[in-house]
Amino acid sequence: MSGTFVGMPAFPAAAREALSDAQLRRNLAHATSTIRAKRAAVVGEVDEWEELRLAGAAIKDNVLHHLDEHLLRLERSLTERGATVHWARDAAEACEIVASIARQHDADEVVKVKSMATQEIGLNEALAAHGITAWETDLAELIVQLGDDLPSHILVPAIHRNRAEIREIFRERMAAAGRPAPENLSDVPRELAAAARLHLREKFLRAKVAVSGANFAIAETGTLVVVESEGNGRMCLTLPEVLVSVVGIEKILPAWSDLDVFLQLLPRSSTGERMNPYTSMWSGGTEGQEAHVVLLDNGRTRALADEVGRQALRCIRCSACLNVCPVYERTGGHAYGSVYPGPIGAILNPLLRGVGVDEQTDSLPYASSLCGACFEVCPVRIDIPEVLVHLRSQVVDAHRAGPPKGEAVAMKSAAWVLSGARRLSWAERGMGVAGRVLNRLGRKVMPGGRRALGRLPWPGSLWSNARDVPAPPAESFRARWRREGRR
Amino acid sequence: MSAREEILGRVRSALASADRTESPVPRDYRTAVPPGDIVALFAERLVDYRAELTRCTPDSVPAALAAALGPASAVLVPDGFPWQVPGAVADTGQTPVELDRLDAVVTLAALAIATTGTIVLDHGPGQGRRAVSLVPDLHVCVLRTDQIVPGVPQAVAALSPDRPQTWISGPSATSDIELDRVEGVHGPRTLHVLLVSP
Ligand code: SF4
Repeated sequence: MSGTFVGMPAFPAAAREALSDAQLRRNLAHATSTIRAKRAAVVGEVDEWEELRLAGAAIKDNVLHHLDEHLLRLERSLTERGATVHWARDAAEACEIVASIARQHDADEVVKVKSMATQEIGLNEALAAHGITAWETDLAELIVQLGDDLPSHILVPAIHRNRAEIREIFRERMAAAGRPAPENLSDVPRELAAAARLHLREKFLRAKVAVSGANFAIAETGTLVVVESEGNGRMCLTLPEVLVSVVGIEKILPAWSDLDVFLQLLPRSSTGERMNPYTSMWSGGTEGQEAHVVLLDNGRTRALADEVGRQALRCIRCSACLNVCPVYERTGGHAYGSVYPGPIGAILNPLLRGVGVDEQTDSLPYASSLCGACFEVCPVRIDIPEVLVHLRSQVVDAHRAGPPKGEAVAMKSAAWVLSGARRLSWAERGMGVAGRVLNRLGRKVMPGGRRALGRLPWPGSLWSNARDVPAPPAESFRARWRREGRR
Repeated sequence: MSAREEILGRVRSALASADRTESPVPRDYRTAVPPGDIVALFAERLVDYRAELTRCTPDSVPAALAAALGPASAVLVPDGFPWQVPGAVADTGQTPVELDRLDAVVTLAALAIATTGTIVLDHGPGQGRRAVSLVPDLHVCVLRTDQIVPGVPQAVAALSPDRPQTWISGPSATSDIELDRVEGVHGPRTLHVLLVSP
């Protein structure tokens, strides 16, 4: 990742910008509907799916409730098998550890396996400040990195790019990063993938230091597990002399045997495959490699302390909740202003960073219609709507001291209108007049044929900036009841 | 305070008022097995993810190997691989650059999983170190039908965490471009399994 999310506008502003990008919406709608269908088909093949979800949630809860013991056990297993274990309180400390390992080996470049944890800590930028270049090797990450772009999806970070855009990025940017794209490169996905293979192979073959994350870390055996598709992960994990794995402290599973749950849940939920092409498992220094493991907190203990929010730490980053989210499908990942977008991002970011700190983070719990689709698909049964509502109340509490938010003003006046029958009937009559006019003027037509209003004046704008507001009906229900109801 | 002590301290205070009773983990999924013939299921699922498959008998393995390797003239053969292979190159600890000059690799496997069409290498005898089945562009794997287990739970139970493992389901693939699956990115672009029935 070369760009940065710092200074992103809060969700509604960013979402409005994204909504006006028709190409982005087409790319997203195509991609998310494809992956939803694939997931549904392979989940349908597993009769015991619901039991696996229960098992997954229970195993993760048991880890979280005894996280101190499991961390110590993992440290011991890793050390016994020859790995060096480091602990990092925050992003800066983790980046410093990785940079110092690279420097000890005189490396001015590292190859990277796609990893959410290293994106979260901004490792690439931090290494660059030390004069070390980090090469992303996952195809989508390569597209993002070469395009000087930001990731927009957990699993498919370049989901917002179509083949023609990818071809342009390769033709214009590959040469500056190493082997140039072949002459006459077309936009056929197979050719684009072949171009990435050639471009990255020289980097794999010469790299001395690799950086990875881990999907799972087994406390009992010190086994790290990396799940991937392309083989870039295997290249990074096996060819370089030194491997540094940055692992969030919530990635632990207690025992080797628990993998039988997660290796069923993860591939089917994420790529919609029965099994991803490649899974690597190793523990400690393997085949003579020097292995380092960085155990990363960076806000996880803050999330752990939140009784309701704690369940977000069960997340296995499958991205199923993104693909079913109606908000995500329309706005894309960038609007969330974080490497964790979509429903999980809407709860994980405030839990990791805390509320009341910045406006962007505080806006995220509102980036949801609370439809519940995310909970339905979540392989570890995280009740995202429950956590969203809980976090909204925290955001409100955090702002209680300051000036009231627009939405609160609007809700208060709505409560005043709705609580008196006379006030309501006057308001309705006004709405009816407005409705007859606005219905003619409404620029958009909503599903069902009703007109939608554009942006309302303040304070209504606080509501309508990110939503289509249906034009009010010309006659209220109560008026119609008086006219016809008694017949 | 060291980072280690501080993180452990934060964990403990975060959990100070938590209910720490163990949640029961349902394990009935472990006894669920797919109906029917697991060898046929494995063959179907393997091919579904675009691996190539040749069924053979112990006697026909050498001929099947030669056919699967085709024109490959430099074939890495790990220690403990029991058949003769044309163009065999022994594993002498080649560097990645040297491995990149080879055309193909042949290996055995530790086991295979029917429901997912997966072969698992634990890099024991005949399977080679991890890089040899990664860098050459063609991977031919010889598997016996009695090495196939029904599902993921049986595989995890049979495998030892003391060994590194590589689980392989079809050739290297990506769906990063418009979610279209394309076979062959960095790993071997062709995976050919020779399935040996007694
Ligand atoms: S919250 Fe659940 S569905 Fe969403 S990415 Fe995490 S594990 Fe997957």
